[in-house]
Amino acid sequence: MPPLIGGIFFMDLLIFKAPILMVQASLDGILLGILFALIAYGMALQWGVMNIINIAQGELVIMGGYIAYFMYMIGIHPGFGIIVSPIIMFFVGWGLYKLVINKVVDRDLFISILATFGISILTQQLMNFIFGSDVVVAQSNFGTTMLFDGMVTLPNAKIFAAIVSIVFAIGLVAYMRKSKLGRAIRATAQNARAAKILGVDTEKVYAATFGINAALCGVAGSLIAITFTLHPYVGLPYTVRSFMIVVVAGLGNLPGVALSGMGLGVFEEFADYILGTEFRIGSVFMLLVFILVYRRFKLSRKREYLK
Amino acid sequence: MKKNNLILYGSLLFFGLVAPFIFPAFKLQISFLWILIVLAMTWDVQGGQMGYNTFGNILFFGVGMYICASTQIGMFFPLAEWTEAGGEKTFIHTAPQYFQGFFVGLILAGIIPMIIAGLIGYGILGLRGHYFAICTLGLGIAAGEIAGGIEIIGAGQGMTMPPWPKNIGDTELRSEFFYFICFALVVATFVFLKWAYSTRFGLVLNAIRDNEDKAEAMGIYTMRYKIIGWMVSAFFVGIAGGLMGNMVGYIEPVEVAFAGPTFGVFMVLMAILGGKGTLWGPVIGATFFHLFKEGFWTFFLGWQYVALGVLIVVIVVFFPEGIMGWLREKYPERFGEVVDEADRKAQVTLK
Repeated sequence: MPPLIGGIFFMDLLIFKAPILMVQASLDGILLGILFALIAYGMALQWGVMNIINIAQGELVIMGGYIAYFMYMIGIHPGFGIIVSPIIMFFVGWGLYKLVINKVVDRDLFISILATFGISILTQQLMNFIFGSDVVVAQSNFGTTMLFDGMVTLPNAKIFAAIVSIVFAIGLVAYMRKSKLGRAIRATAQNARAAKILGVDTEKVYAATFGINAALCGVAGSLIAITFTLHPYVGLPYTVRSFMIVVVAGLGNLPGVALSGMGLGVFEEFADYILGTEFRIGSVFMLLVFILVYRRFKLSRKREYLK
Repeated sequence: MKKNNLILYGSLLFFGLVAPFIFPAFKLQISFLWILIVLAMTWDVQGGQMGYNTFGNILFFGVGMYICASTQIGMFFPLAEWTEAGGEKTFIHTAPQYFQGFFVGLILAGIIPMIIAGLIGYGILGLRGHYFAICTLGLGIAAGEIAGGIEIIGAGQGMTMPPWPKNIGDTELRSEFFYFICFALVVATFVFLKWAYSTRFGLVLNAIRDNEDKAEAMGIYTMRYKIIGWMVSAFFVGIAGGLMGNMVGYIEPVEVAFAGPTFGVFMVLMAILGGKGTLWGPVIGATFFHLFKEGFWTFFLGWQYVALGVLIVVIVVFFPEGIMGWLREKYPERFGEVVDEADRKAQVTLK
């Protein structure tokens, strides 16, 4: 049984070689990965429904984070950002759709990539003007949890972030299954023309989808504000992470999104420990290249390619 | 037609040769314009002619820049101590050393990115459409991040280039020297690509753009042509990178060498603005873009990137066919297209 042997080997590594580091990195990675999965879920949603790839996804996340940071600045606990941020971000996403995205929906995918790249440069710079180019963090004062006699420390903010992400993801899945708008969104994703004929206002559905995506980014951003750091120019790695998760998991495969998100989180924490922090972002981008090239070689055996 | 072309090329060549003496104040600006034209034209080999929208050509730009710098310095002095010293000039290049290093570095700056393109081409060019675009985007940024972690080439601090040797002339001579090297590069690129597009190679690239599966079914080994196309781009972009590093005089991994948000996007934008898939489109696009950039950047001081973002969105969303596409629609006869008069009238009434 190879998986069992592999598991035993891994446990051996985990427990006897560098136990504390491994447990710490894995737990950190899993909690981080749940957050990534939430962002990737938004990307999968708008990719599946509107067939556009949003390079500005990461900037929406950072924008949501700055909303929480702004609340922290004026004296409100940043934890409430998870309620305020998605509401504001929903309207930001809606407005963005009405301004730009509706003109690129049924065009070539490269047009949408480039147009959202322009939006991403624009928003980066605007955030830089408003909040400055310093690295900021919103203190949540949630304290830390000690595990194994204080050898493994987990900030409660991270646990809070993971729980909130799971709650929002489950809530959204339920909403997509039960509500009328959710049904319209799923119908549009299956076949936009047929949905239009049957009386679905696809324009509104697209706007709502983009808004929901932005709202999810807002939640994730406000959680990042209290668990990690914010900076105007760190949006692109979040875009690439969510793209990678969606590519690995496939569109519309929610457990897959959650699992590959956690996998990515663990990979990143280990890369951070083994290679050093300066190579962390670089390793994420290299992983993207490796995953795409790996899948390309696997598909080319059947003379197919990634579509 | 043929005679007109000769006059056009002759006058452009003449302008290029006398420009530094007519507009001495704009020498550096025009040199940058030549570099931008090279970037736009080589992007168009992939993006326009082949239909592979790449964000990754900036990788070759940065690699060329670092290779050129390392060769120039490493040929005569220990590289690690040079980067250690930073701005302080403990080592001075004499004039023969400087030019020897410069030309060897420039040649290597072309060849090594070309080899890299050949090596990674087989894996990466198998991706298509937006997967290729995102993969190359990742490649460019990963290269910047990795270069920022390597100590011997200065890590995040970057490295300074060898200064112009003191005893042979002032900075005027320096900018004239670089001007003519840049001009030679742009002429070489243009002539080479014009020739290449007129051969079977150009036809195959267009066939790949129109329908890759059919091209393969016709018996064309498409992967070989895609890789050769990328290697051609990498060669010219690498040399442009090496020149750029020398002209700026200072290399930094994220802002100068692997500058995705500036040069990486500029090259895409210029080619689209001028018109993808045409020989002259990138040249015209780069010229307009550079004029706009130099003319208005000062008004937008501090807001350049906001203006850039707006410009990208406007060009891509409202003007995706570019200047050449617009001209082609307006004057199809000039492009050798036969237009049926009745057909055109019918279209007008339809509109």
